[in-house]
Amino acid sequence: MRIVVLIKQVPDTTEVRIDRETNTLVREGVPSIINPFDTYAIEEALRIREASGEATVTVMSMGPPQVEDSLREALALGVDEAVLLSDRAFAGSDTWSTSYTLAAGIRKLPGYDVILCGKQAIDGDTAQVGPGVARLLGIPQVTYVRKLSIEDGGVATAERMMEDGYDVIRAPLPALFTVVKEINEPRLPSLKGKMKAKKAEIAVWGFDDLELDGDEIGLDGSPTRVVRIFAPEPRECGEVFEGETDETVEALARALVPILKGEAA
Amino acid sequence: MSTIEVLEERCVGCELCIKACLYDAIEMREGIAVIKDNCTLCGACVDACKFDAIILREARREAVGVEDHRGVWIVAEQRDGDLAGVSLELLGKGRELADTLGVPLEAVLVGTGIDGLAADLIAHGADTVHVVDEPGLEHYLDEPYSNVVAEIIRRHHPEIVLTGATSIGRSLIPRVAVQIETGLTADCTGLEIDGEERLLLQTRPAFGGNIMATIVCPRHRPQMATVRHKVMRALEPDPAREGEIVAESVDPKLLESRTSFIEFVKDVTQAVNIAEADVIVSGGRGIGGPESFPMIEGLAEVLGGAVGASRAAVDAGWIPYSHQVGQTGKTVQPKLYVACGISGAVQHLVGMQSSKTIVAINKDPEAPIFKVATYGIVGDVHDVVPALTKRLARELS
Repeated sequence: MRIVVLIKQVPDTTEVRIDRETNTLVREGVPSIINPFDTYAIEEALRIREASGEATVTVMSMGPPQVEDSLREALALGVDEAVLLSDRAFAGSDTWSTSYTLAAGIRKLPGYDVILCGKQAIDGDTAQVGPGVARLLGIPQVTYVRKLSIEDGGVATAERMMEDGYDVIRAPLPALFTVVKEINEPRLPSLKGKMKAKKAEIAVWGFDDLELDGDEIGLDGSPTRVVRIFAPEPRECGEVFEGETDETVEALARALVPILKGEAA
Repeated sequence: MSTIEVLEERCVGCELCIKACLYDAIEMREGIAVIKDNCTLCGACVDACKFDAIILREARREAVGVEDHRGVWIVAEQRDGDLAGVSLELLGKGRELADTLGVPLEAVLVGTGIDGLAADLIAHGADTVHVVDEPGLEHYLDEPYSNVVAEIIRRHHPEIVLTGATSIGRSLIPRVAVQIETGLTADCTGLEIDGEERLLLQTRPAFGGNIMATIVCPRHRPQMATVRHKVMRALEPDPAREGEIVAESVDPKLLESRTSFIEFVKDVTQAVNIAEADVIVSGGRGIGGPESFPMIEGLAEVLGGAVGASRAAVDAGWIPYSHQVGQTGKTVQPKLYVACGISGAVQHLVGMQSSKTIVAINKDPEAPIFKVATYGIVGDVHDVVPALTKRLARELS
């Protein structure tokens, strides 16, 4: 069985700040990390391998050369092999071109049974690439998976989170799953894993290595364009009440009642 | 292929481009800006450069069939015969866009035994509802639903398609967008028409809400976007409104699904659905333990709201993950968000800071939650929350 995990290297958005004077994003010194949701996908792949006893876990990412650092982190966790799809021609890809390029990368592998992704990336928050890849590969998908069991005979049962509970879905393999945090607790890398990852070879595939239509990749192949980037309106400073509980509660209640009654009307 | 280039003779080394770059993809070498490999060609530096020293050469491509696409559509979501609130909200926004463009507002509704819902969509603003009512569509499944929606869109070629950013919508519509080969923008908070070119300007937060980006889809149709709950406003329903209901037939092959639905298990800990709630009352580490969640539930009940939680409370096992608000949980945007004993780590703030009114109750006056709060009380949640519950119950009963 081959399990493919798609990961994205993202800026740690909790470290990103807006410089209010220049209204620009301060990226300096912001660390690049593996998208947090993807760490659950990596962990799930390792657990499936451990349970099945004979699976290969391949981690794949598309991005500039420095994404290699994130792939090495995945290798340190115990992933068997890593592939980086990297080419200047891929720059500026939106979710469409990214899905298209990743699907081509997956097709080049000797096969695949399970594809795992995080439910979304924390920089773009789109949740679009997983379903896009599944559609391009022509395989079923289950999104927002909080529990996954792979059964003998190549069938998976997945619990998909809904707003008010979860659906239980059965999917024949190969299939793609996007996972939420609840699915597992990711392990930490071992020292041995780190040593191995340092020396591991990472395959780098560019445009010429993949079967791609040059018109469908990178910025030129992307249907969407960013036309403006701006800082959000800062929230106005609020009113904070301090003092005896009955007084503060009274003050807050007076402020809230018109809002609450407005809703009811 | 599109390329980006720094004209060295024009670059003065002012570093404005570095400040504008969202991807940390420019550095200075010997006083000249150099664009690195991780550049995404977004063009932010081109706009920022005061000396016209950066040139983005975009390979021009012809738009395909843009003129043939007319009409604003929404993909209506229903589960067990109940329409999702966000679908009605989208009709409100869709009506405005359709009127601006001078085209009809239409909806596509997919399911089994769902006839009665079309009238509700018309009452909320739709001119035409395309209904695909076939056996086998009782429960949402990605393949048949996406096949059917893609087919109906292809059949009628609208220029705009809006979908709710729900669990279903965010699974369904990326698959549809790839199928019909067009662009899709997630979680838009602003949708406007650029009059001249009839382009949909899609504005959305990115980088955890730290920036806003306006996105267009210039040469593919339809232009597709998803919108979260509570961002747009539904129109008052008018039962007298007239509209057309079109029963659409589809090739039975499109209804085939490799995945199968086994069962739905309701989250019994959620009295009110967080995603759709107008009011959310959340508890964090500061409430002390699981025994204090009934206090949070009490206030939520009085306000007719849902119960949320910070990551700390979920990780401590006080309440299930489905309640978690924040970066690794849910992003919510209720009319009123009450944060009790939540300090306000950035990871939490990104999940709730777009709420209309935010109330913070915390004993630490320096807690970052007060920076985003509309109103705050500095005090012990165990005193304040019960007193507030009692006071508001009297007012609202």
